[in-house]
Amino acid sequence: MKIGKAEVAHIANLSRLEFGDAEMELFTSQLNDILLYMEKLSAVDTASVMPATTQEMARHNAFREDVVAPSLSSEEALRNAPDATGDCIRVPKVVE
Amino acid sequence: MELHFLTIGELREKIATREIAATTVVRSILKRIAEVDTQVHAYINVLSESAMAEAELIDAAIAKGIIKPLSGVPIALKDICCTKGIETTCCSRILRGFIPPYDATVVEKLREAGAIIIGKTNMDEFAMGSSTETSCFGATRNPYDLTRIPGGSSGGSAAAVAADECLAAIGSDTGGSIRQPAALCGVVGLKPTYGRVSRFGLIAFASSLDQIGPFTKTVADSALMLSVLAGYDAKDSTSVNLPVPDYSAFLGRDIRGWRIGIPREYFIGGIDTETQSALDGVMRTLQACGASCVDISLPHTEYCLAVYYIVAPAEASSNLARYDGIKYGMRVEKFSDLKDLYKKTRSQGFGSEVKRRIMLGTYVLSSGYYDAYYKKASRVRTLIKQDFADAFRVCDVILTPTTPSAAFKIGEKTNDPMQMYLSDIFTISTNLAGIPGISVPCGYTASGLPIGAQFLAGHFEEAKLLQVTAAYEQAGTFIKRRPKI
Repeated sequence: MKIGKAEVAHIANLSRLEFGDAEMELFTSQLNDILLYMEKLSAVDTASVMPATTQEMARHNAFREDVVAPSLSSEEALRNAPDATGDCIRVPKVVE
Repeated sequence: MELHFLTIGELREKIATREIAATTVVRSILKRIAEVDTQVHAYINVLSESAMAEAELIDAAIAKGIIKPLSGVPIALKDICCTKGIETTCCSRILRGFIPPYDATVVEKLREAGAIIIGKTNMDEFAMGSSTETSCFGATRNPYDLTRIPGGSSGGSAAAVAADECLAAIGSDTGGSIRQPAALCGVVGLKPTYGRVSRFGLIAFASSLDQIGPFTKTVADSALMLSVLAGYDAKDSTSVNLPVPDYSAFLGRDIRGWRIGIPREYFIGGIDTETQSALDGVMRTLQACGASCVDISLPHTEYCLAVYYIVAPAEASSNLARYDGIKYGMRVEKFSDLKDLYKKTRSQGFGSEVKRRIMLGTYVLSSGYYDAYYKKASRVRTLIKQDFADAFRVCDVILTPTTPSAAFKIGEKTNDPMQMYLSDIFTISTNLAGIPGISVPCGYTASGLPIGAQFLAGHFEEAKLLQVTAAYEQAGTFIKRRPKI
Protein backbone atom coordinates (compact mmCIF):
# COMPACT_ATOMS: atom_id res chain seq x y z
CA MET A 1 0.00 0.00 0.00
CA LYS A 2 1.35 3.39 -1.02
CA ILE A 3 -1.42 5.33 0.65
CA GLY A 4 -3.97 4.37 3.36
CA LYS A 5 -7.47 5.64 4.10
CA ALA A 6 -6.33 8.03 6.83
CA GLU A 7 -3.91 9.70 4.45
CA VAL A 8 -6.52 9.89 1.70
CA ALA A 9 -8.79 11.63 4.21
CA HIS A 10 -5.99 14.10 5.01
CA ILE A 11 -5.43 14.81 1.28
CA ALA A 12 -9.19 15.23 0.81
CA ASN A 13 -9.21 17.88 3.53
CA LEU A 14 -6.25 19.69 1.92
CA SER A 15 -8.12 19.50 -1.41
CA ARG A 16 -11.32 20.84 0.19
CA LEU A 17 -13.23 17.76 -0.90
CA GLU A 18 -15.31 15.26 1.06
CA PHE A 19 -16.21 11.68 0.24
CA GLY A 20 -18.67 9.05 1.44
CA ASP A 21 -17.37 5.69 2.70
CA ALA A 22 -17.78 3.79 -0.58
CA GLU A 23 -16.19 6.59 -2.60
CA MET A 24 -13.33 6.81 -0.10
CA GLU A 25 -12.72 3.07 -0.48
CA LEU A 26 -12.68 3.30 -4.29
CA PHE A 27 -10.43 6.39 -4.35
CA THR A 28 -7.93 4.80 -1.98
CA SER A 29 -7.67 1.73 -4.19
CA GLN A 30 -7.44 3.75 -7.43
CA LEU A 31 -4.85 6.18 -6.02
CA ASN A 32 -2.80 3.18 -4.90
CA ASP A 33 -2.85 1.73 -8.43
CA ILE A 34 -1.76 5.04 -9.91
CA LEU A 35 0.99 5.65 -7.33
CA LEU A 36 2.31 2.11 -7.83
CA TYR A 37 2.60 2.85 -11.55
CA MET A 38 4.62 6.02 -10.69
CA GLU A 39 7.21 3.86 -8.92
CA LYS A 40 8.86 3.13 -12.25
CA LEU A 41 10.40 6.63 -12.07
CA SER A 42 12.69 5.47 -9.27
CA ALA A 43 14.58 3.46 -11.93
CA VAL A 44 15.75 6.71 -13.58
CA ASP A 45 18.96 8.22 -12.28
CA THR A 46 18.28 11.94 -11.96
CA ALA A 47 21.05 12.84 -9.51
CA SER A 48 22.96 14.78 -12.16
CA VAL A 49 19.94 16.17 -14.02
CA MET A 50 19.82 19.94 -13.82
CA PRO A 51 17.69 21.86 -14.20
CA ALA A 52 14.30 20.34 -13.50
CA THR A 53 11.81 21.31 -16.21
CA THR A 54 8.74 23.05 -14.87
CA GLN A 55 8.00 24.79 -18.13
CA GLU A 56 9.34 23.74 -21.54
CA MET A 57 10.47 26.97 -23.05
CA ALA A 58 13.42 28.52 -21.25
CA ARG A 59 12.27 32.07 -20.82
CA HIS A 60 13.13 35.18 -18.88
CA ASN A 61 10.62 37.12 -16.88
CA ALA A 62 8.07 38.81 -19.09
CA PHE A 63 8.30 42.46 -18.08
CA ARG A 64 6.18 45.27 -19.43
CA GLU A 65 5.85 48.98 -18.85
CA ASP A 66 3.50 49.82 -15.98
CA VAL A 67 0.88 51.54 -18.12
CA VAL A 68 -2.73 51.77 -17.06
CA ALA A 69 -5.01 50.01 -19.53
CA PRO A 70 -8.77 49.49 -19.58
CA SER A 71 -10.01 46.63 -17.37
CA LEU A 72 -13.32 45.10 -16.37
CA SER A 73 -15.69 47.28 -14.37
CA SER A 74 -16.46 45.96 -10.88
CA GLU A 75 -20.03 45.39 -12.04
CA GLU A 76 -18.82 43.09 -14.84
CA ALA A 77 -16.31 41.36 -12.58
CA LEU A 78 -18.97 40.65 -9.94
CA ARG A 79 -21.72 39.56 -12.32
CA ASN A 80 -20.84 35.86 -11.96
CA ALA A 81 -20.53 35.83 -8.17
CA PRO A 82 -23.24 33.70 -6.51
CA ASP A 83 -23.67 36.28 -3.75
CA ALA A 84 -22.55 39.84 -4.49
CA THR A 85 -23.64 43.00 -2.78
CA GLY A 86 -22.61 46.49 -3.87
CA ASP A 87 -18.94 46.37 -4.83
CA CYS A 88 -18.27 43.26 -2.73
CA ILE A 89 -18.69 39.50 -2.68
CA ARG A 90 -20.47 38.29 0.42
CA VAL A 91 -18.97 35.25 2.20
CA PRO A 92 -19.92 33.39 5.39
CA LYS A 93 -18.54 34.90 8.60
CA VAL A 94 -14.86 33.98 8.98
CA VAL A 95 -13.91 35.76 12.23
CA GLU A 96 -15.84 35.00 15.41
CA MET B 1 -22.59 19.18 -53.43
CA GLU B 2 -23.90 19.82 -49.94
CA LEU B 3 -22.29 22.93 -48.48
CA HIS B 4 -21.45 21.30 -45.14
CA PHE B 5 -19.08 18.90 -46.92
CA LEU B 6 -16.86 21.79 -48.07
CA THR B 7 -13.35 22.38 -46.74
CA ILE B 8 -12.29 25.90 -45.71
CA GLY B 9 -10.16 26.12 -48.86
CA GLU B 10 -13.13 25.29 -51.10
CA LEU B 11 -15.49 27.63 -49.25
CA ARG B 12 -13.01 30.53 -49.40
CA GLU B 13 -13.06 30.41 -53.19
CA LYS B 14 -16.84 30.31 -53.35
CA ILE B 15 -17.09 33.21 -50.89
CA ALA B 16 -14.48 35.25 -52.76
CA THR B 17 -16.27 34.80 -56.09
CA ARG B 18 -19.60 35.51 -54.34
CA GLU B 19 -20.92 32.17 -55.51
CA ILE B 20 -22.14 31.47 -51.96
CA ALA B 21 -23.21 33.85 -49.19
CA ALA B 22 -22.10 33.34 -45.58
CA THR B 23 -25.77 33.18 -44.53
CA THR B 24 -26.32 30.27 -46.93
CA VAL B 25 -23.37 28.38 -45.46
CA VAL B 26 -24.51 28.96 -41.88
CA ARG B 27 -28.05 27.83 -42.74
CA SER B 28 -26.65 24.65 -44.30
CA ILE B 29 -24.50 23.90 -41.24
CA LEU B 30 -27.39 24.53 -38.83
CA LYS B 31 -29.54 22.15 -40.89
CA ARG B 32 -26.80 19.51 -40.76
CA ILE B 33 -26.50 19.93 -36.97
CA ALA B 34 -30.28 19.55 -36.60
CA GLU B 35 -30.12 16.34 -38.67
CA VAL B 36 -27.20 14.53 -37.05
CA ASP B 37 -26.37 16.00 -33.65
CA THR B 38 -29.11 14.17 -31.76
CA GLN B 39 -27.05 11.06 -32.59
CA VAL B 40 -23.50 12.44 -32.29
CA HIS B 41 -23.98 14.98 -29.46
CA ALA B 42 -20.92 16.98 -30.48
CA TYR B 43 -22.45 20.28 -29.39
CA ILE B 44 -23.61 21.38 -25.96
CA ASN B 45 -24.73 24.81 -27.21
CA VAL B 46 -25.59 25.70 -30.81
CA LEU B 47 -25.52 29.47 -31.35
CA SER B 48 -28.09 29.59 -34.17
CA GLU B 49 -29.21 33.19 -33.73
CA SER B 50 -25.87 34.86 -33.16
CA ALA B 51 -24.30 32.80 -35.97
CA MET B 52 -26.94 34.00 -38.44
CA ALA B 53 -26.50 37.59 -37.25
CA GLU B 54 -22.71 37.29 -37.68
CA ALA B 55 -23.18 35.80 -41.16
CA GLU B 56 -25.36 38.76 -42.19
CA LEU B 57 -22.62 41.17 -41.10
CA ILE B 58 -20.01 39.15 -43.02
CA ASP B 59 -22.19 39.20 -46.14
CA ALA B 60 -22.58 42.97 -45.81
CA ALA B 61 -18.80 43.31 -45.53
CA ILE B 62 -18.24 41.02 -48.54
CA ALA B 63 -20.66 43.17 -50.56
CA LYS B 64 -18.32 46.09 -49.82
CA GLY B 65 -15.36 44.02 -50.99
CA ILE B 66 -14.00 43.21 -47.52
CA ILE B 67 -12.87 39.57 -47.63
CA LYS B 68 -10.83 38.15 -44.76
CA PRO B 69 -8.94 34.84 -44.40
CA LEU B 70 -11.89 33.02 -42.81
CA SER B 71 -14.83 35.14 -44.05
CA GLY B 72 -18.03 33.16 -43.53
CA VAL B 73 -16.34 29.99 -42.22
CA PRO B 74 -18.47 28.33 -39.50
CA ILE B 75 -16.21 27.24 -36.63
CA ALA B 76 -17.02 25.34 -33.43
CA LEU B 77 -15.29 26.06 -30.10
CA LYS B 78 -14.48 23.59 -27.37
CA ASP B 79 -16.35 24.77 -24.27
CA ILE B 80 -13.01 25.49 -22.55
CA CYS B 81 -12.59 28.74 -24.55
CA CYS B 82 -14.14 31.78 -22.90
CA THR B 83 -16.79 33.48 -25.03
CA LYS B 84 -18.04 36.91 -24.02
CA GLY B 85 -21.68 36.79 -23.03
CA ILE B 86 -21.99 33.06 -23.83
CA GLU B 87 -22.05 30.43 -21.07
CA THR B 88 -18.69 28.65 -20.77
CA THR B 89 -18.63 25.60 -18.52
CA CYS B 90 -15.70 23.27 -19.30
CA CYS B 91 -18.57 20.74 -19.18
CA SER B 92 -18.47 20.85 -15.37
CA ARG B 93 -21.40 21.35 -13.01
CA ILE B 94 -19.23 23.72 -10.99
CA LEU B 95 -19.15 26.24 -13.86
CA ARG B 96 -22.80 26.00 -14.89
CA GLY B 97 -24.11 29.50 -15.46
CA PHE B 98 -20.68 31.11 -15.86
CA ILE B 99 -20.90 33.88 -18.46
CA PRO B 100 -17.39 35.17 -19.26
CA PRO B 101 -17.07 38.95 -19.47
CA TYR B 102 -14.42 38.61 -22.22
CA ASP B 103 -13.47 36.55 -25.26
CA ALA B 104 -10.41 34.28 -25.31
CA THR B 105 -7.69 35.71 -27.57
CA VAL B 106 -8.22 32.88 -30.11
CA VAL B 107 -11.93 33.76 -30.26
CA GLU B 108 -11.06 37.42 -30.89
CA LYS B 109 -8.64 36.36 -33.61
CA LEU B 110 -11.18 34.08 -35.29
CA ARG B 111 -13.80 36.84 -35.27
CA GLU B 112 -11.31 39.36 -36.67
CA ALA B 113 -10.53 36.88 -39.46
CA GLY B 114 -14.21 36.74 -40.42
CA ALA B 115 -15.04 33.33 -38.91
CA ILE B 116 -18.54 32.62 -37.56
CA ILE B 117 -18.82 30.96 -34.16
CA ILE B 118 -21.40 28.23 -34.69
CA GLY B 119 -21.45 26.68 -31.22
CA LYS B 120 -19.66 25.27 -28.18
CA THR B 121 -18.60 21.63 -28.23
CA ASN B 122 -18.63 18.85 -25.68
CA MET B 123 -15.48 17.75 -23.81
CA ASP B 124 -14.30 15.75 -20.85
CA GLU B 125 -14.87 17.77 -17.68
CA PHE B 126 -12.04 20.33 -17.40
CA ALA B 127 -10.34 18.49 -20.32
CA MET B 128 -9.49 15.57 -18.03
CA GLY B 129 -10.16 12.42 -19.99
CA SER B 130 -9.58 10.59 -23.25
CA SER B 131 -13.13 9.74 -24.27
CA THR B 132 -15.48 12.74 -23.72
CA GLU B 133 -17.45 10.58 -21.30
CA THR B 134 -16.81 12.68 -18.16
CA SER B 135 -18.77 15.71 -19.44
CA CYS B 136 -21.64 16.78 -17.18
CA PHE B 137 -23.72 16.97 -20.39
CA GLY B 138 -23.25 13.27 -21.22
CA ALA B 139 -21.01 11.53 -23.78
CA THR B 140 -20.29 12.41 -27.40
CA ARG B 141 -20.40 9.51 -29.89
CA ASN B 142 -17.99 8.66 -32.67
CA PRO B 143 -19.61 9.52 -36.05
CA TYR B 144 -18.01 6.39 -37.58
CA ASP B 145 -19.62 4.11 -34.98
CA LEU B 146 -22.15 5.56 -32.56
CA THR B 147 -21.43 2.87 -29.95
CA ARG B 148 -17.84 4.10 -29.63
CA ILE B 149 -16.11 7.09 -28.06
CA PRO B 150 -14.79 9.97 -30.21
CA GLY B 151 -11.64 10.26 -28.09
CA GLY B 152 -10.99 13.17 -25.78
CA SER B 153 -10.82 15.45 -24.21
CA SER B 154 -11.77 17.56 -27.30
CA GLY B 155 -14.13 14.82 -28.53
CA GLY B 156 -16.99 17.19 -29.38
CA SER B 157 -14.78 19.31 -31.64
CA ALA B 158 -13.32 16.25 -33.41
CA ALA B 159 -16.76 14.66 -33.92
CA ALA B 160 -18.28 17.95 -35.15
CA VAL B 161 -15.62 18.21 -37.90
CA ALA B 162 -15.86 14.50 -38.78
CA ALA B 163 -19.67 14.66 -39.07
CA ASP B 164 -19.52 17.88 -41.16
CA GLU B 165 -21.30 19.87 -38.43
CA CYS B 166 -18.78 22.71 -38.91
CA LEU B 167 -15.87 23.37 -41.27
CA ALA B 168 -13.26 23.48 -38.51
CA ALA B 169 -13.15 23.47 -34.73
CA ILE B 170 -10.93 24.63 -31.89
CA GLY B 171 -9.61 22.22 -29.28
CA SER B 172 -7.01 22.21 -26.52
CA ASP B 173 -4.26 19.64 -25.99
CA THR B 174 -2.63 18.99 -22.61
CA GLY B 175 -1.57 15.37 -23.16
CA GLY B 176 -3.08 14.53 -26.55
CA SER B 177 -6.57 16.05 -26.30
CA ILE B 178 -6.46 17.34 -29.90
CA ARG B 179 -4.42 14.62 -31.62
CA GLN B 180 -6.04 11.55 -30.01
CA PRO B 181 -9.67 12.49 -30.87
CA ALA B 182 -8.54 13.68 -34.33
CA ALA B 183 -7.08 10.20 -34.94
CA LEU B 184 -10.15 8.38 -33.64
CA CYS B 185 -12.53 10.57 -35.71
CA GLY B 186 -10.47 10.59 -38.93
CA VAL B 187 -9.70 14.33 -39.06
CA VAL B 188 -6.58 16.52 -38.92
CA GLY B 189 -5.64 17.78 -35.43
CA LEU B 190 -2.70 20.09 -34.72
CA LYS B 191 -1.10 20.87 -31.34
CA PRO B 192 1.21 23.84 -31.82
CA THR B 193 4.45 24.49 -29.91
CA TYR B 194 3.92 25.67 -26.32
CA GLY B 195 3.81 29.48 -26.62
CA ARG B 196 2.85 29.60 -30.32
CA VAL B 197 -0.85 30.32 -29.61
CA SER B 198 -2.10 32.54 -26.77
CA ARG B 199 -3.77 30.73 -23.89
CA PHE B 200 -5.56 33.86 -22.66
CA GLY B 201 -9.17 32.89 -22.05
CA LEU B 202 -8.44 29.17 -22.20
CA ILE B 203 -9.66 27.76 -18.88
CA ALA B 204 -6.51 26.37 -17.28
CA PHE B 205 -5.95 22.64 -16.67
CA ALA B 206 -2.14 22.21 -16.56
CA SER B 207 -0.59 25.54 -17.46
CA SER B 208 2.85 24.27 -18.52
CA LEU B 209 1.27 21.77 -20.94
CA ASP B 210 -1.97 23.31 -22.29
CA GLN B 211 -2.01 24.52 -25.88
CA ILE B 212 -4.84 25.51 -28.26
CA GLY B 213 -5.04 24.17 -31.80
CA PRO B 214 -7.35 23.46 -34.75
CA PHE B 215 -9.32 20.45 -36.00
CA THR B 216 -9.79 20.51 -39.77
CA LYS B 217 -10.75 18.25 -42.67
CA THR B 218 -7.47 18.78 -44.53
CA VAL B 219 -3.85 19.74 -43.86
CA ALA B 220 -4.26 22.87 -46.02
CA ASP B 221 -7.12 24.00 -43.74
CA SER B 222 -4.93 23.35 -40.69
CA ALA B 223 -2.29 25.70 -42.16
CA LEU B 224 -4.93 28.39 -42.75
CA MET B 225 -6.24 28.08 -39.20
CA LEU B 226 -2.80 28.14 -37.59
CA SER B 227 -1.88 31.30 -39.51
CA VAL B 228 -4.91 32.99 -37.90
CA LEU B 229 -4.45 31.56 -34.37
CA ALA B 230 -0.68 31.91 -33.90
CA GLY B 231 1.14 34.91 -32.53
CA TYR B 232 2.30 36.80 -29.48
CA ASP B 233 -0.28 38.11 -27.05
CA ALA B 234 0.58 40.58 -24.30
CA LYS B 235 -2.19 38.96 -22.21
CA ASP B 236 -0.31 35.63 -22.12
CA SER B 237 3.21 36.07 -20.79
CA THR B 238 4.12 32.54 -21.95
CA SER B 239 3.21 33.29 -25.57
CA VAL B 240 6.34 33.74 -27.65
CA ASN B 241 7.16 36.80 -29.69
CA LEU B 242 8.35 35.19 -32.91
CA PRO B 243 7.15 36.04 -36.42
CA VAL B 244 4.27 33.87 -37.69
CA PRO B 245 5.19 32.25 -41.01
CA ASP B 246 2.69 32.00 -43.86
CA TYR B 247 2.05 28.32 -43.18
CA SER B 248 0.12 27.80 -46.43
CA ALA B 249 3.32 28.61 -48.35
CA PHE B 250 4.81 25.29 -47.22
CA LEU B 251 2.07 23.19 -48.78
CA GLY B 252 3.03 21.55 -52.07
CA ARG B 253 6.77 21.75 -51.39
CA ASP B 254 8.44 18.38 -51.81
CA ILE B 255 10.07 16.38 -49.01
CA ARG B 256 12.85 14.87 -51.11
CA GLY B 257 15.82 14.01 -48.93
CA TRP B 258 13.90 14.43 -45.65
CA ARG B 259 14.72 12.03 -42.84
CA ILE B 260 11.66 10.66 -41.05
CA GLY B 261 12.60 9.45 -37.56
CA ILE B 262 10.93 6.21 -36.51
CA PRO B 263 11.31 5.91 -32.72
CA ARG B 264 11.68 2.23 -31.91
CA GLU B 265 10.11 2.70 -28.47
CA TYR B 266 6.79 3.61 -30.14
CA PHE B 267 6.65 0.52 -32.33
CA ILE B 268 7.14 -2.28 -29.84
CA GLY B 269 4.23 -4.20 -28.39
CA GLY B 270 0.75 -2.97 -27.58
CA ILE B 271 0.06 -1.59 -31.05
CA ASP B 272 -2.92 -3.02 -32.83
CA THR B 273 -1.90 -4.89 -36.03
CA GLU B 274 -4.20 -2.76 -38.19
CA THR B 275 -2.61 0.40 -36.77
CA GLN B 276 0.84 -1.01 -37.44
CA SER B 277 0.05 -1.85 -41.07
CA ALA B 278 -1.52 1.61 -41.63
CA LEU B 279 1.71 3.18 -40.33
CA ASP B 280 3.77 0.92 -42.60
CA GLY B 281 1.69 2.32 -45.47
CA VAL B 282 2.52 5.90 -44.39
CA MET B 283 6.25 5.06 -44.38
CA ARG B 284 6.03 3.57 -47.91
CA THR B 285 4.23 6.69 -49.18
CA LEU B 286 6.80 9.03 -47.65
CA GLN B 287 9.62 6.97 -49.16
CA ALA B 288 7.89 7.17 -52.55
CA CYS B 289 7.91 10.97 -52.05
CA GLY B 290 11.70 10.87 -51.74
CA ALA B 291 12.07 10.83 -47.94
CA SER B 292 13.92 8.16 -46.01
CA CYS B 293 12.96 6.53 -42.74
CA VAL B 294 15.64 6.38 -40.07
CA ASP B 295 15.63 4.35 -36.89
CA ILE B 296 15.85 6.61 -33.83
CA SER B 297 15.58 6.18 -30.07
CA LEU B 298 13.71 8.21 -27.46
CA PRO B 299 15.06 6.30 -24.46
CA HIS B 300 12.86 7.82 -21.74
CA THR B 301 9.57 7.08 -23.53
CA GLU B 302 8.41 4.52 -20.98
CA TYR B 303 8.50 7.16 -18.22
CA CYS B 304 6.37 9.77 -20.00
CA LEU B 305 3.02 8.58 -18.68
CA ALA B 306 4.23 8.51 -15.06
CA VAL B 307 5.78 11.99 -15.40
CA TYR B 308 2.61 13.33 -16.99
CA TYR B 309 0.31 11.94 -14.31
CA ILE B 310 2.39 13.68 -11.66
CA VAL B 311 2.94 17.03 -13.40
CA ALA B 312 -0.53 17.52 -14.90
CA PRO B 313 -2.54 16.71 -11.73
CA ALA B 314 -0.10 18.80 -9.65
CA GLU B 315 -0.76 21.83 -11.84
CA ALA B 316 -4.48 21.02 -12.02
CA SER B 317 -4.87 20.80 -8.24
CA SER B 318 -3.48 24.32 -8.00
CA ASN B 319 -5.44 25.73 -10.99
CA LEU B 320 -8.74 24.23 -9.85
CA ALA B 321 -8.42 25.63 -6.31
CA ARG B 322 -10.15 28.73 -7.72
CA TYR B 323 -13.49 26.89 -7.95
CA ASP B 324 -14.71 27.54 -4.43
CA GLY B 325 -18.28 28.77 -4.83
CA ILE B 326 -17.29 32.35 -4.06
CA LYS B 327 -16.35 34.24 -7.23
CA TYR B 328 -18.29 32.46 -9.97
CA GLY B 329 -20.02 29.23 -10.84
CA MET B 330 -22.22 27.17 -8.55
CA ARG B 331 -22.52 27.38 -4.77
CA VAL B 332 -24.38 24.91 -2.58
CA GLU B 333 -27.31 26.31 -0.63
CA LYS B 334 -26.69 24.59 2.70
CA PHE B 335 -23.39 24.83 4.61
CA SER B 336 -22.24 25.40 8.19
CA ASP B 337 -19.21 27.68 7.68
CA LEU B 338 -16.77 28.87 4.98
CA LYS B 339 -14.74 25.66 4.88
CA ASP B 340 -17.90 23.60 4.68
CA LEU B 341 -19.10 25.83 1.82
CA TYR B 342 -15.86 25.12 -0.08
CA LYS B 343 -16.02 21.37 0.55
CA LYS B 344 -19.68 20.92 -0.27
CA THR B 345 -19.55 23.10 -3.38
CA ARG B 346 -16.43 21.37 -4.73
CA SER B 347 -17.66 17.87 -3.85
CA GLN B 348 -20.99 18.41 -5.60
CA GLY B 349 -19.59 20.51 -8.44
CA PHE B 350 -16.72 18.31 -9.64
CA GLY B 351 -17.06 14.85 -11.21
CA SER B 352 -15.05 11.78 -10.15
CA GLU B 353 -12.17 12.08 -12.62
CA VAL B 354 -11.56 15.72 -11.71
CA LYS B 355 -11.62 14.87 -8.00
CA ARG B 356 -9.22 11.99 -8.57
CA ARG B 357 -6.73 14.30 -10.28
CA ILE B 358 -7.08 17.06 -7.68
CA MET B 359 -6.39 14.44 -4.98
CA LEU B 360 -3.42 13.00 -6.87
CA GLY B 361 -2.01 16.48 -7.53
CA THR B 362 -2.46 17.56 -3.92
CA TYR B 363 -0.74 14.37 -2.75
CA VAL B 364 2.34 14.71 -5.00
CA LEU B 365 2.78 18.34 -3.93
CA SER B 366 2.17 17.70 -0.24
CA SER B 367 4.80 17.97 2.45
CA GLY B 368 6.98 14.86 2.53
CA TYR B 369 6.14 13.70 -0.99
CA TYR B 370 7.09 16.71 -3.13
CA ASP B 371 10.69 15.57 -3.71
CA ALA B 372 9.80 11.95 -4.43
CA TYR B 373 7.08 12.78 -6.96
CA TYR B 374 6.92 16.31 -8.34
CA LYS B 375 10.62 17.14 -8.20
CA LYS B 376 11.58 13.71 -9.52
CA ALA B 377 9.06 13.97 -12.37
CA SER B 378 10.27 17.46 -13.30
CA ARG B 379 13.81 16.13 -13.61
CA VAL B 380 12.77 13.16 -15.74
CA ARG B 381 10.91 15.70 -17.86
CA THR B 382 14.25 17.35 -18.62
CA LEU B 383 15.54 13.99 -19.87
CA ILE B 384 12.44 13.51 -22.07
CA LYS B 385 12.96 16.96 -23.55
CA GLN B 386 16.62 16.12 -24.13
CA ASP B 387 15.63 12.89 -25.96
CA PHE B 388 13.74 14.96 -28.54
CA ALA B 389 16.53 17.51 -28.91
CA ASP B 390 18.94 14.63 -29.64
CA ALA B 391 16.51 12.99 -32.09
CA PHE B 392 15.98 16.17 -34.12
CA ARG B 393 19.73 16.33 -34.76
CA VAL B 394 19.38 13.22 -36.95
CA CYS B 395 15.89 13.58 -38.42
CA ASP B 396 13.56 16.30 -39.73
CA VAL B 397 10.33 14.99 -38.25
CA ILE B 398 9.28 11.98 -36.17
CA LEU B 399 6.49 9.58 -37.18
CA THR B 400 4.48 7.50 -34.67
CA PRO B 401 0.96 6.09 -34.41
CA THR B 402 -1.29 8.67 -32.68
CA THR B 403 -2.96 5.97 -30.58
CA PRO B 404 -2.20 2.28 -29.93
CA SER B 405 -5.60 1.23 -31.35
CA ALA B 406 -8.81 2.65 -32.87
CA ALA B 407 -11.81 4.03 -30.93
CA PHE B 408 -12.97 1.90 -28.00
CA LYS B 409 -16.56 1.29 -26.87
CA ILE B 410 -18.45 3.79 -24.73
CA GLY B 411 -18.12 2.63 -21.11
CA GLU B 412 -15.24 0.25 -21.85
CA LYS B 413 -12.61 2.07 -19.76
CA THR B 414 -14.65 4.29 -17.42
CA ASN B 415 -14.09 2.08 -14.38
CA ASP B 416 -10.34 1.72 -14.79
CA PRO B 417 -8.54 5.09 -14.74
CA MET B 418 -5.12 3.52 -15.44
CA GLN B 419 -6.41 1.88 -18.67
CA MET B 420 -7.92 5.20 -19.75
CA TYR B 421 -4.62 7.00 -19.08
CA LEU B 422 -2.74 4.47 -21.23
CA SER B 423 -4.73 5.49 -24.32
CA ASP B 424 -2.66 8.71 -24.38
CA ILE B 425 0.66 6.90 -24.29
CA PHE B 426 1.91 8.18 -27.69
CA THR B 427 0.76 11.78 -27.38
CA ILE B 428 1.91 12.80 -23.89
CA SER B 429 5.64 13.20 -24.57
CA THR B 430 4.94 16.04 -27.02
CA ASN B 431 3.39 18.21 -24.31
CA LEU B 432 6.10 17.41 -21.77
CA ALA B 433 8.72 18.55 -24.31
CA GLY B 434 6.63 21.51 -25.52
CA ILE B 435 7.08 20.56 -29.19
CA PRO B 436 4.37 20.65 -31.90
CA GLY B 437 2.53 17.55 -33.13
CA ILE B 438 -0.11 16.76 -35.73
CA SER B 439 -2.37 13.77 -36.30
CA VAL B 440 -3.57 13.00 -39.84
CA PRO B 441 -5.90 10.21 -40.94
CA CYS B 442 -3.98 7.35 -42.58
CA GLY B 443 -6.33 4.37 -42.79
CA TYR B 444 -9.30 2.42 -41.45
CA THR B 445 -9.69 -0.79 -39.53
CA ALA B 446 -11.57 -3.69 -41.12
CA SER B 447 -14.66 -2.51 -39.24
CA GLY B 448 -14.29 1.00 -40.69
CA LEU B 449 -12.81 2.92 -37.75
CA PRO B 450 -10.29 5.69 -38.55
CA ILE B 451 -6.57 5.31 -37.76
CA GLY B 452 -4.25 8.30 -37.24
CA ALA B 453 -0.56 8.94 -37.90
CA GLN B 454 1.26 11.42 -35.65
CA PHE B 455 4.14 13.61 -36.81
CA LEU B 456 6.32 15.57 -34.36
CA ALA B 457 8.86 18.34 -35.02
CA GLY B 458 11.18 20.64 -33.09
CA HIS B 459 10.00 23.79 -31.30
CA PHE B 460 8.27 26.26 -33.66
CA GLU B 461 8.62 23.94 -36.65
CA GLU B 462 4.91 23.62 -37.38
CA ALA B 463 5.71 24.46 -41.02
CA LYS B 464 7.65 21.19 -41.31
CA LEU B 465 4.69 19.25 -39.92
CA LEU B 466 2.34 20.87 -42.42
CA GLN B 467 4.77 20.32 -45.31
CA VAL B 468 5.28 16.62 -44.64
CA THR B 469 1.59 15.88 -43.95
CA ALA B 470 0.50 17.86 -47.04
CA ALA B 471 2.97 15.80 -49.11
CA TYR B 472 1.49 12.63 -47.60
CA GLU B 473 -2.09 13.80 -48.21
CA GLN B 474 -1.37 14.86 -51.79
CA ALA B 475 0.31 11.53 -52.60
CA GLY B 476 -3.24 10.19 -52.58
CA THR B 477 -2.54 6.77 -51.08
CA PHE B 478 -5.08 7.41 -48.34
CA ILE B 479 -8.68 7.70 -49.51
CA LYS B 480 -10.95 9.47 -47.04
CA ARG B 481 -14.33 7.89 -46.27
CA ARG B 482 -17.17 9.90 -44.83
CA PRO B 483 -18.95 8.51 -41.79
CA LYS B 484 -22.34 6.99 -42.72
CA ILE B 485 -24.34 9.50 -40.81
